[in-house]
Amino acid sequence: MTDNTLNRRQFLKSSAGVAAVAIAPGMLLYGMANGSSEGASAKVRWGMLIDTSNCAEGCNDCVTACNKENGLSGGVTATDSQWIRKIEIKEIAGGRQLSLPMMCQHCENPPCVDVCPTTASFKRADGIVLVDKHRCIGCRYCIMACPYKARSFVHEALTDQNPDVPRGKGTVESCTMCVHRIDQGLQPACADACANKAILFGNLNDPESEIAKKVRTVASVQVRADLRLNPGVRYQGL
Amino acid sequence: MFRLLLTILAVLCFSAQAAESTPKLDIGKGGQCVEDPQYMRKNHMHLLRHERDETVRLGIRDVKHSLKNCIECHASTKDNSVIAREDSFCVACHRYEAVKIDCFECHSGVRKSAWLQRNAK
Repeated sequence: MTDNTLNRRQFLKSSAGVAAVAIAPGMLLYGMANGSSEGASAKVRWGMLIDTSNCAEGCNDCVTACNKENGLSGGVTATDSQWIRKIEIKEIAGGRQLSLPMMCQHCENPPCVDVCPTTASFKRADGIVLVDKHRCIGCRYCIMACPYKARSFVHEALTDQNPDVPRGKGTVESCTMCVHRIDQGLQPACADACANKAILFGNLNDPESEIAKKVRTVASVQVRADLRLNPGVRYQGL
Repeated sequence: MFRLLLTILAVLCFSAQAAESTPKLDIGKGGQCVEDPQYMRKNHMHLLRHERDETVRLGIRDVKHSLKNCIECHASTKDNSVIAREDSFCVACHRYEAVKIDCFECHSGVRKSAWLQRNAK
């Protein structure tokens, strides 16, 4: 059904484009000259590579940037939304300590999507896992299914949201990889805010991109790789 | 003759009353709308509903019929909002027609520029 409508839309668009050229060469229709009409492309796979050796202990810059960008309160109680958290871990035998950010890992095979009864939880063509809040009924199955504890539920009515980041009571939410920024050609707020450049954002599918080159050359792991979810977020030095 | 006068008076009174009961709204900047105004009055909800799915799920961000684009033009020039007052652009009509708007439980009803100004810290 979706595919049918998509094809029809694309057909109409392309024929409208031909008509526009035929009527007035050099002039574009209003709708075509604005915004990204193509939408998310399956040729792209957005991902992140987090270098834990550059992630400073006690530094919270990525979390603050995320909260500011997406209008989160910054609270850390059980009922507060947290899209990204800083985690401190210690290897008990060796005593080695590490600090790293943990958020939605944007899996290729996301369990949150599998369990969603209303298809509100979905994966966009470019690999970003999102919640369609128009469909979310707040059942929170996805929160239980996520092995990374990445999702939060909005318990209270909200006001003064970022116009680019709609959020509301009764729906589940998580890291969107700042999809509104990506669609504008910017990188996610956390990657922008990291002073040590510990978060490298890019297109994993493009062999020439910085992230793809680094993933090829340095050792990096996916958290809980045994689940074979193929997350788009990878960690270096873990 | 007297009857004709009475009829004219009655018609005048009626039309004056009708004009008074239509919603008075603050159209913000206004100007040329993306579609014909009469078409928008009847179909804005279909446009918003259709394109919200395409935007969220497929990432097609055509700005023409987006809620943000509506707000950009129609937010009041006084408070930058389409929902803040009784005569705000969305509220005035929806109250008149007794139709509840759910959009703004999640979406912001203010211009992005105004939001940025307020939240630039």
